[in-house]
Amino acid sequence: MTKPINAIKSLDLQRSVIYFGFLGIFLFFAVILYDDGFLTSRNLTNIVLQTAPATIMAIGLVFALSAGEIDLSFGSIVAVSALSAAMAMQSGPMMLGVAAGLGAGILIGAFNGVLVAYLRLPSFLVTLATMGLFAGVARTMTDLRSISVLNDTFAGIFGSGKLFGVPSLVIWTIIAVVIGHITYRNTRFGAHVLAVGDNARAAQVSGIKVPRVRLMVLMLCGATAGLAGLLYAGRLQAAKYTLGESDLMTVIAAVIVGGTALNGGKGSIIGALLGSLMMGMLNNGLILMGLQVSDQMIVRGLIILLAVAISLRDVRR
Amino acid sequence: MTPTLSLKDIRKSFGGVTAIQNFSLDLFPGEIVALVGDNGAGKSTLIKIVSGVHLPTSGDIALDGESVSFSDASAARSHGIEVVYQDLALADEQPVYMNMFLGRELTRKLFGLLDKGKMREETQSLVDQLDVRIPSASSTIRDLSGGQRQGIAIARATHWASKLILLDEPTAALGVAETEKVEELVASLKERNLAILIISHSLDQVFRLSDRICVLRRGEQIGVKKTADTDKNEIIAMITGVHNQ
Ligand SMILES: Nc1ncnc2c1ncn2[C@@H]1O[C@H](COP(=O)(O)OP(=O)(O)OP(=O)(O)O)[C@@H](O)[C@H]1O
Ligand SMILES: [Mg+2]
Repeated sequence: MTKPINAIKSLDLQRSVIYFGFLGIFLFFAVILYDDGFLTSRNLTNIVLQTAPATIMAIGLVFALSAGEIDLSFGSIVAVSALSAAMAMQSGPMMLGVAAGLGAGILIGAFNGVLVAYLRLPSFLVTLATMGLFAGVARTMTDLRSISVLNDTFAGIFGSGKLFGVPSLVIWTIIAVVIGHITYRNTRFGAHVLAVGDNARAAQVSGIKVPRVRLMVLMLCGATAGLAGLLYAGRLQAAKYTLGESDLMTVIAAVIVGGTALNGGKGSIIGALLGSLMMGMLNNGLILMGLQVSDQMIVRGLIILLAVAISLRDVRR
Repeated sequence: MTPTLSLKDIRKSFGGVTAIQNFSLDLFPGEIVALVGDNGAGKSTLIKIVSGVHLPTSGDIALDGESVSFSDASAARSHGIEVVYQDLALADEQPVYMNMFLGRELTRKLFGLLDKGKMREETQSLVDQLDVRIPSASSTIRDLSGGQRQGIAIARATHWASKLILLDEPTAALGVAETEKVEELVASLKERNLAILIISHSLDQVFRLSDRICVLRRGEQIGVKKTADTDKNEIIAMITGVHNQ
């Protein structure tokens, strides 16, 4: 008799909300949008393809939040990276474009990281500032023009290609999630990230190089945003300053709903993946329901608010 | 016998404030020395000097007869010195075994991945050995009581210390039963031949646990007494500087 009750009590609400939310939204759309083709494998694959960049950025953000930092600038990094890659490939080979895109992301992440880790400026303010700064940089890079990516190999690997029938964006998502999850849960770096976000002083007296960890997580955010930029450029076969603009809310919501604590020390990569897919389903479902863009925004905002409120309930007690 | 820790003429000033001066003490293996004094007397400062958090302004520190100087807490740790901080320095959201191995995580040969199983096992056998009763080595610190947390912090220090353990008010936040438990734990460390320096505001506790008592008053070392040869009145007089016999 008491066993089920104990099982319910021991359920960690913060961790499980994402599973119920994911399942709930999936079932809801599956039923009411059955005739509109929500359940077709084509539509479901589409959701995964569309969320790939957000999922990958969510992984970087899980690390940053777990270390007690935040990155608000990743949307701008996406644009700068995509543009850098596209510009490099106008005359250069693919590898130059990849290096330019990833390099730009890592460099901007390092810039954030140095200010946060060594000058001890709050990451919220630093990345709020660099979000604006690099949004401006992205605009000036091409004078607001979009540039096309004509390199087919690049477009295949980072966009519309397939390997053994699996779309490359799905492969990128799987690779990022697997590496992210293992790094987070099973390496010393992951353990140090959690320790720094949980109790920085304890981490420091335990010999963990706290500033280095802070620098690394922000560089990782830059790197994942850089990769997301490449994926956008690959899929659209073009780069523009608007890329990544609308990802900020989606990615933060995905991560929080996925069970990562805003104040550090706790998180989940798998949760972030599900959170990101959930946001993707929401987008997709609301469009299929025929809602206007303005209504979509309102409904999405409300659902995110609800999900975040449930996920954070425990923290405020 | 060579003292485990030997402090000679330690002085520390912060700008114009002298937190501690003329401090000398030898600490031997298997010995518990209590450091007492009023608030602001310089006790925590002294512990921070020995643990590498502060460099002394002047004076010498020797471990097993060899002169040492610690640039940071990690340097002191690598010499076998462990500290149980007043705030315990535990990561609350992490499991017990990760705290036990904080900064010194065990890894497998394969890809250098964490060996959680081994850390869990070693943690379990350590807490069993020291009789720290916790639900399991995988419990989250946040779900433990004050006494259990204190037990974990002490168990961690015990696990890693090869020479010296410094405890800063280890029972300040604990109830009667939990205090008793922690005292038992500290007393049991003597058998491991570790030298122990403990700060406490409870004279009852000091008399129960220590072999010698060292009194500080406003940064001055007033004296060191064998616990067996003194009594509370004498120690109180030394702490306050008031003789009311
Ligand atoms: N980092 C610092 N900078 C300046 N002054 C300091 C610093 N640390 C300690 N002090 C001063 O040194 C003196 C001794 O402080 P300390 O913390 O060692 O006292 P304590 O004996 O541990 O007191 P308590 O019993 O209250 O913990 C105090 O006057 C304190 O203000
Ligand atoms: Mg103190």
